[in-house]
Amino acid sequence: MATKAKSAEVPATADSSGDGVRRRDFLNVAAVSFAGVGGVAALAPLLVQMSPSADVLALATTEVDISKVQPGQGIKTQWRKQPVFIRNLTPKEIQEANAVSLSDLRDPETLAQRTKPGKANWLITLGVCTHLGCVPLGIGEGETKGPYGGYFCPCHGSMYDTAARIRQGPAPKNLMVPEYKFTSPTIVQIG
Amino acid sequence: MSFSWAKPYEPKNPFMRWLDERLPLPRLVYGAIGGGYPVPRNLNYFWNFGVLAGIFLTVQIVTGIVLAMHYYATTDGAFTSVNQLIMRDVNAGWLLRYAHMNGASFFFLVTYIHIFRGLYYGSYKAPRELVWMLGLVIYLLMMATGFMGYVLPWGQMSYWGAQVITGFFSAFPIIGEPLRVFLLGGYAPDQAALTRFFSLHYLLPFVIAGVVILHIWALHIPGSGNPTGVDVKSEKDTLPFHPFYTAKDGWFAAAMLLAYCLVTFFVPNYLGHPDNYIQANPLATPAHIVPEWYFWPFYAILRSFTVDFILPAKLWGVLAMFASILLLFFLPWLDKSPVRSGSYRPVFKRFFWLLVIDVLILGYIGGAPINWWRVALGQAASAYYFIHFLVILPLVSAFETPLPLPISISDSVLHGEAAEAAPVGQKAPRRGSTATAG
Repeated sequence: MATKAKSAEVPATADSSGDGVRRRDFLNVAAVSFAGVGGVAALAPLLVQMSPSADVLALATTEVDISKVQPGQGIKTQWRKQPVFIRNLTPKEIQEANAVSLSDLRDPETLAQRTKPGKANWLITLGVCTHLGCVPLGIGEGETKGPYGGYFCPCHGSMYDTAARIRQGPAPKNLMVPEYKFTSPTIVQIG
Repeated sequence: MSFSWAKPYEPKNPFMRWLDERLPLPRLVYGAIGGGYPVPRNLNYFWNFGVLAGIFLTVQIVTGIVLAMHYYATTDGAFTSVNQLIMRDVNAGWLLRYAHMNGASFFFLVTYIHIFRGLYYGSYKAPRELVWMLGLVIYLLMMATGFMGYVLPWGQMSYWGAQVITGFFSAFPIIGEPLRVFLLGGYAPDQAALTRFFSLHYLLPFVIAGVVILHIWALHIPGSGNPTGVDVKSEKDTLPFHPFYTAKDGWFAAAMLLAYCLVTFFVPNYLGHPDNYIQANPLATPAHIVPEWYFWPFYAILRSFTVDFILPAKLWGVLAMFASILLLFFLPWLDKSPVRSGSYRPVFKRFFWLLVIDVLILGYIGGAPINWWRVALGQAASAYYFIHFLVILPLVSAFETPLPLPISISDSVLHGEAAEAAPVGQKAPRRGSTATAG
């Protein structure tokens, strides 16, 4: 472009006597900048359409009735289209979890930190392996719980203990504990 | 590209030089739409519409790809996915859908102006016959794409549009009805038809883009035409595409996009039909069924045949409608006048404007409800359409005396006035008077 070299000087010399800067250069820079800003603005709807819409975000809380879950049992439910494991731990499992020293853990957390006060038997975690997102085995009846009595991910062999903490295998973190609260002794609201 | 004075691509940046030696893509772009493509300097605003059509094709492809991310091509889900999911739930979905809907109308609008530009200025004449014919191929593909896209929301107009348009094929004797059933994959539009229309509606725009490349390639062999129709004779007659025509196209594109935004944001449904917000009902046809506005002239021709004459009226209507477009492929040989531009053809010019009025009348008739005088007017206008191309045009080109053509493009631009040749902001000294500051 014939005026390109001069156009670049516009900001630097705009306050000076104006030598070398023509009205046309200003118009040129202004028009192209305006078109550029407009073009970028036009990209916004093309991108925001990808993000979750309001009806998807509206699924962000789920209420679960846990009255039927006996000690030693667990249920699988859904929150934000992701599996959630709700497990009623037996006193033996709680004891096993508490017996582990924190220094042995890759992601050190006590069972108490992973449950609500006075509800140490209710272990609620996402059923999403922190390695690459598979659903670990161990919540359903007859599924292997792995050598640590918690969960076992069949994809790449991550093993979790009774507090759903990572003990062995490639996963970096314990199974995530979602935000939740007991709205009544038998109802849990997740999210 | 085609002229000896076209500037060759000379990259200064070492990386661009490196790239050019291995993959001369920047060279191709430079020669096609950059400083390396010399364009006649006298183009008027009617020469902006090809670029505009390209812009709207891009808008349609981009918004369409995004809409396809949210659309369900099922007879149960299509209507809901468009009217609830896309229009209400998807972030900015309403904008994308309205942009796509009205983008189609604007694509056709600028294409029609582009086609009539070609008709007036003789853009179909040698050596640009293939440019014209490839353009017609693009137009036919646009019609197919536009029609199939209109079916996708699966509203009442969508459904009955699909029924009527595929019904065209049933007009042909013997093979007609089996052909229609084959095209639909059923006896009436249903899941099979919807899914194949969606597939083809996604495919055809890319085919259009491919033919557009051929269209531009064929155009750049002789170079762009111009309002005088006189061939480029020297470098004085041309300007490099960039920055001169990129700037002009840029500003005009901005103006047209402004109009597009006005419609999209303020009257997004003005060009549509309310009935298409009712879900498809195979048991009830809407009382007044018309296609989208860009098909109205052809719809009028279709409806103009009301009496059986040797062949059934239905077949005549369909044949005439297809013929009205196929006819245009023969235009380079129907109009044999060596003068390209209508500006130098006084008789042709009058008939050109009559044709414009005729097509507008056909458009009005095609969009309006049927009554006795509209049918009669539509028949007259349809007849005139064919008479224009088959009788008037050959006769005019044989008997007309054209006006004297300018010697060259630069000569026609300057009108012999030295002042007009001077750079902007400077006055050339007038002969016989002293130049004063001013």
